[in-house]
Amino acid sequence: MSYIIMIITAIFVNNIVLAQFLGICPFLGVSKKVDTAGWMGMAVLFVMLIATLVTYPIYYGLLVPYGLGFMQTIIYILVIAALVQMVEIILKKTMPALYSALGVFLPLITTNCTILGVAINVINFEYNLAESVVYSIATALGFTLAMILFAGIREQLAITDKPKAMEGTPIALITAGLLAMAFMGFSGVDKGLSTAFGL
Amino acid sequence: MSKLGIIINGLIKENPTFVLLLGMCPTLGTTSSAINGMSMGLATMAVLICSNFVISCIKNLIPDKVHIPCYIVVIAGFVTVVQLLIKAYAPAVDEKLGLFIPLIVVNCIVLGRAESFAAKNTPIDSACDGIGIGLGFTCALTLIGLCRELLGAGTAFGFAVYPEQFGALTFVLAPGAFITLGFLVAIFNKLTAKK
Repeated sequence: MSYIIMIITAIFVNNIVLAQFLGICPFLGVSKKVDTAGWMGMAVLFVMLIATLVTYPIYYGLLVPYGLGFMQTIIYILVIAALVQMVEIILKKTMPALYSALGVFLPLITTNCTILGVAINVINFEYNLAESVVYSIATALGFTLAMILFAGIREQLAITDKPKAMEGTPIALITAGLLAMAFMGFSGVDKGLSTAFGL
Repeated sequence: MSKLGIIINGLIKENPTFVLLLGMCPTLGTTSSAINGMSMGLATMAVLICSNFVISCIKNLIPDKVHIPCYIVVIAGFVTVVQLLIKAYAPAVDEKLGLFIPLIVVNCIVLGRAESFAAKNTPIDSACDGIGIGLGFTCALTLIGLCRELLGAGTAFGFAVYPEQFGALTFVLAPGAFITLGFLVAIFNKLTAKK
């Protein structure tokens, strides 16, 4: 049950883009079309899951026993950068169709703060491995949901008349603000569910 | 270009927030008040100056093929230094900014300046560029924080301007960040378009 609450919290209540402000660059950058936004979301899901699975044992198996906790940031960013490169090479050889679909987005993901953010968050929240995996998948799904919703609105927005100074990013930011306001409606849902199920 | 010219260029013409639109995550995430925004801006500026200077010093020693990973290691090193310093001397700031301090590593401004400026210029010029861009970022974050704080909680840098119950809480919360930045960028566009 606690996993279901965790998933709902990560997707709706604490949405990584609209409530935690991580991954804003791809959110604004690759959200002009719904299908590219969806592919970007899938690429993030893929890398986030692998990155969490790899960095979690590194932290508890290597950094903690040797008292190297302060090296977390440096090690994580290197591991994630190497990982993205590796995933790219493996995908290119084994699944060329998926590679050409994700191709452009994979290198971008290295500097996507959601990946590093989630890898650090699971340590800060003191999750176990199973919880970390569920959390990373749910967070990526939340990212994908926000991307697709936002891209849908932007496709409509592109054909409307707007003041000249508002064109491009400003109007996109204000739209995102309204979307964030809609997501604020979910706040408290997690607490309500916990009480309802007596957790 | 003179040293002062480089600093002013980063502050206005290439303002990282309003013109280049880089580093949006901390811009939105840490500006719930003017003080928070300013501390984030200063932390980023410290990393920017150091990383720009060091990268410019070692740019000729790094093989071209691995220059991005090398830059990232230098940046991550300075981020860790700043992170530990803040944890030791300003724990209150650490609590407010939280996750966003280690995330300076993936702030596109820092890597962007390393790649586009420090890799081509002398160390001293690069440090000046770090100061300019860092100041531009700090000013932008402080301004956004000030607007949100004033509209949302009725305070400016923590001092009460009008009673809190008249403030629109939305501006301190997530949606206000997007909306405030949207309007500020629009105003900046309008002002620069006239010239």
